[in-house]
Amino acid sequence: MEAVTKLDVESIRADFPILRRRIGDRQLAYLDSAATSQKPVQVVEAMRRFTDHSNANISRSVHTLGAEATEAYEGARARVAAFIGAPSPDEVVFTKNSTESINLLAYAFQNAAFDPAADPRFKLGPGDEIVVTEMEHHANLVPWQQLAQRTGATLKWIGVTDHGRLDLESVAEVVTERCKVISFTHVSNLLGTVNPTSQITARAREVGALVGLDASQSVPHLPVNVAELGVDFIAFTGHKMLGPTGIGVLWAKADLLDAMPPFLTGGSMIKTVTMERTTFADAPAKFEAGTPPIAEAVGLAAAVDYLDELGMENVRAHEKELAGYMLERFETVDGLTVVGPRVPIGRGATVSFTFADVHPHDVGQILDAEGIAVRVGHHCAKPTCDRFGVNATTRASAYVYNTREEIDRLVEALGQVRKVFG
Amino acid sequence: MNLDELYQEVILDHYKRPRGFGLREPYEGESHQVNPTCGDEITLRVHVDGDRVADVSYENVGCSISKASASVLYELVHDTTVDDALARLGEFTELMNSKGQSEGDEETLEDAVAFAGVSKYPMRVKCALLGWMAFKDALVRAETAIPGRTDG
Ligand SMILES: Cc1ncc(COP(=O)(O)O)c(C=O)c1O
Repeated sequence: MEAVTKLDVESIRADFPILRRRIGDRQLAYLDSAATSQKPVQVVEAMRRFTDHSNANISRSVHTLGAEATEAYEGARARVAAFIGAPSPDEVVFTKNSTESINLLAYAFQNAAFDPAADPRFKLGPGDEIVVTEMEHHANLVPWQQLAQRTGATLKWIGVTDHGRLDLESVAEVVTERCKVISFTHVSNLLGTVNPTSQITARAREVGALVGLDASQSVPHLPVNVAELGVDFIAFTGHKMLGPTGIGVLWAKADLLDAMPPFLTGGSMIKTVTMERTTFADAPAKFEAGTPPIAEAVGLAAAVDYLDELGMENVRAHEKELAGYMLERFETVDGLTVVGPRVPIGRGATVSFTFADVHPHDVGQILDAEGIAVRVGHHCAKPTCDRFGVNATTRASAYVYNTREEIDRLVEALGQVRKVFG
Repeated sequence: MNLDELYQEVILDHYKRPRGFGLREPYEGESHQVNPTCGDEITLRVHVDGDRVADVSYENVGCSISKASASVLYELVHDTTVDDALARLGEFTELMNSKGQSEGDEETLEDAVAFAGVSKYPMRVKCALLGWMAFKDALVRAETAIPGRTDG
């Protein structure tokens, strides 16, 4: 193992003004980046510069600002493509968020059902199967569930072990020759598990199914290279990777995007339109109807620059250390039970837990009084909660700007929780 | 933030020793409510006898605020007239929507005035109201289930 350069967390923190906020009389400890990350000044600045200097609609005007805006937007696409190792910027579709990216894909299947000339890879009907896992965010479950209901296809899932890992032994059994598409989470937002992908992608190839990842929790936290992963599509969201809200990404292989019917239709996604019919533009424009989030794309590109500057290997190493520290400190807390992997191997720095029989709402409230921001609830993964027999959990999630001291404060504040509810 | 204001002794006491807990027969109306953001749940039954709320029974999972609130609800509305129960519902809802500006009338709301502090925490108001929403819904169901009680 080569030695990894640690992140200079102190200078990183200086880039995030919000981290200097006080909650009441306490310093904010933001441990909720799995819900949304904070943005560095570089991102906000890039968006402001664009807005103050170059704002215009894209691809519609010949004036200077129009050209600058188009260049900024398409430049952002290229920047994102390079970040995830995509062979071409044209494989990057900008959406609103991960949820829309996944819906865009699911609707490609649904719309293909109405088109006799549709690519057979997108033809779904009774007897066909769709596979997800038992650790999906609702964003990568509900669209597939709906698709199955509407087409008559069957939704199947790979189970989760007591340790919070995918039950990979069942893959050959769950994924059959009837499977047309597998979509699974790369990193679980509830359990923190980093899923190994090769066995599932290999099985997908064997049965001729499309395979892709909900990469919402992986692209922000570890190096992700779509070519190395050997998948057909991934979805992720800007606001979890130091970027703004309102922008997400669907990456898919060029030949898939070519074969997919559009999701939303209207302006900017057409080749020609008559009163009777329309021919569509090539991807990615085919999937970007209407005025896209232009300033947000600029912000996302700045976020990608920021992460690249840090180095995604360093980001991963930093979070691995924090995950290890968090798990080690949690071991010492009486009554705390981690939901998910208990060792810092194959997992990120997102750790869910229950605490004695104190409801997570109450835990979160008392932590907030100490200035500590965590997420409580079912984290949009209700079936995963059910799998572990819990209604809700408290979840602490760390990112590039978090420190061991903040984890110490969290552990200490749990003592306060015990005092109120003991 | 003043935690004591939120987690008053009275609230913690109702949370740890809920009054009237459990589902009982007979009942004419039942309601199941969930708080989708956090997974709190309650099933609540209303037994109406003439113009009286003869019993309110419930089972719930959730945070201290939602559980204590159901317990306080039980104390306030069981064995009262339907009209009084509806008045308490109105008063409590108003208190919860007061954003910390109301103290509540201890004469009528009794232990429920302890929830005045909760109204300052918008994320928790839903927790406090969950049981009351179930009560309102169950009462409507009970009234429609009883012949001659619907006004048209
Ligand atoms: C694993 C996972 N998938 C999908 C999403 C949805 O992201 P968004 O709400 O930005 O669409 C999230 C986060 O909320 C997530 O953690």
